Amino acid sequence: MSFLEQYNYWIVIFLMMSGFYIVIAHGNLIKKLMGLTIFQTSVFILYISISKVIGGTAPILDDRYTIYSNPLPHVLILTAIVVGVATTALGLALAVRIKEAYGTVEEDVIQEKDLQQEGSAE
Amino acid sequence: MIQHLPILQVIIPLLAAPICFILKEARLVRWFVLIANAMAFVISIMLLQQVNLHGTLVYSLGGWEAPIGIEYRIDELNAYLLILVTSISTITLMAAGKSLTKEIPESKITYFYIAYMLCLTGLLGIVATGDAFNVFVFLEISSLASYTMIAMGNDRRSLWASYQYLIMGTIGATFILIGIGLMYMMTGTLNLYDLAERLPEVEHTKTVFTAFAFFLVGVCLKLALFPLHLWLPNAYAYAPSIATVFLAATATKVAIYVLLRFIFSVYGFEFSFTHLPLTEILVSLGLLGVIAASIVAIYQTNVKRLFAYSSVSQIGYMILGIGVGTKTGLTATMLHLFNHALMKSAIFLALAGVVYRVGSVNIKAFAGLGRQMPWTMAAIVVGGLSLIGVPLTVGFVSKWYLVLALLESNMWPVAVLVLVGSLLAIAYIWRIVEVAYFKPALQNNQAYKEAPLAILIPAWIFVIANIYFGIDTSFTAGVSEKTAELLFGGVR
Repeated sequence: MSFLEQYNYWIVIFLMMSGFYIVIAHGNLIKKLMGLTIFQTSVFILYISISKVIGGTAPILDDRYTIYSNPLPHVLILTAIVVGVATTALGLALAVRIKEAYGTVEEDVIQEKDLQQEGSAE
Repeated sequence: MIQHLPILQVIIPLLAAPICFILKEARLVRWFVLIANAMAFVISIMLLQQVNLHGTLVYSLGGWEAPIGIEYRIDELNAYLLILVTSISTITLMAAGKSLTKEIPESKITYFYIAYMLCLTGLLGIVATGDAFNVFVFLEISSLASYTMIAMGNDRRSLWASYQYLIMGTIGATFILIGIGLMYMMTGTLNLYDLAERLPEVEHTKTVFTAFAFFLVGVCLKLALFPLHLWLPNAYAYAPSIATVFLAATATKVAIYVLLRFIFSVYGFEFSFTHLPLTEILVSLGLLGVIAASIVAIYQTNVKRLFAYSSVSQIGYMILGIGVGTKTGLTATMLHLFNHALMKSAIFLALAGVVYRVGSVNIKAFAGLGRQMPWTMAAIVVGGLSLIGVPLTVGFVSKWYLVLALLESNMWPVAVLVLVGSLLAIAYIWRIVEVAYFKPALQNNQAYKEAPLAILIPAWIFVIANIYFGIDTSFTAGVSEKTAELLFGGVR
């Protein structure tokens, strides 16, 4: 198996790692969510690419074709996309509320304010 | 009707959630939700009866048989877990009416109940389903609902805690999704029992190992295994008290169920413990969790957060039991799963009472509370004794089994460290006892009254259960042994 033969996995891994890196490295809440979305999307591509059968066509019954791609992962990923959209929406809603409560969407500023609050409570 | 019980278990809370939207009026919704919960509880008891009569129940959704359709499968382990989750959620809801009015703005109470029901749906779904992808979907339903519940806390830090939980929880869920995808890729099935049959054929491929690794890390994030627990302390500390009770008692337990199901039923003991150094990984992480989280707990000033760290350490005990990899170890895990749910429900409900009267869970606010709120504080103390593992409480029973399992497997240094963990628990419980009973009440504190009965009674139901099951262990130990055997038996 050559390097290029499995290029779909390389794309998945590249996207996954860049998404993961953004989530960890960036302090901006919106950027984190973008990273998270990229991270999730890479898994969608993983599912869809494994369902491809070489030489297969779209899974619609027709006399002229005998080989079809596997439709099940597509359906699964539709569900996962919905879950992903819900997660992003909730994350963005939280970011809005955090902006209202703290006046910022930067992680380090929020943590600093939390520390101050805890300090004054004692 | 009877044959549709497995799906009714999940669908009743699911349908109850949108109906709350229509009812709108918070007081109406409260009773409606309580009734729906009680129904779910009754169904879970009926399910157990059915399982005892007919053995494992198999239900095909929409009449589509297993390989094509989604299958729900209830065996004894599932049935007992369903009872655990529904009973705790019902009793917790009894206290919700009082507690929520103090902690959540009136206009948002209905939404809280909706999130609560959706979270319950997710947890019940995870337990009931026999389909790997379904597990993921229900896991996300329950997680999204719990992020919402946590964000409703009255402190702004609850928003930040919820956001952090969302990020980490989603990474965990995506890892689980990758794991399931790779399993599907190798076997062509999502049904847990087909997976268990087909995985051995391909078990030496790297893909299966990768799938297992992704899945394991994902689930461990969800169940807050040290060092993946970072989301948990803040989430529990700043969530509304009722959400804390519910999540602490059920959410992590269900995640442990998923772990058990995949390690033992799907991959099988052989693969998990002989091809992989799972014993070493789980025992060392569990032990680190027990010790490190207990030490951190000692230094907390927020009492809710203190008990959240204690949850992390208790999860460590459960993981230790799995890691030992013997039947006794698994029995200890099952016992502790049940017992810890009882302890933490009692403690967090009593804390809900403290929040209701005092409005703070800072340790300084506890000064003198032992005299002002004797019943509430007594509930915390009994729960605390149970956490330590004092005889005549449930905590003793599960620790006894755990130490027994460790000694059986010749892991006596680990057993010693488990006992050290108990000593650390004494330290953090004592801090609360000292402040509450031996310090004079704060000057400007008006005389606080006892927590309202609506909170006190549910809390004491759990306290009494703590003592009852600590004395009469035949039921819990019997069930745990049976389910441990079931898990070791592989597929049935």
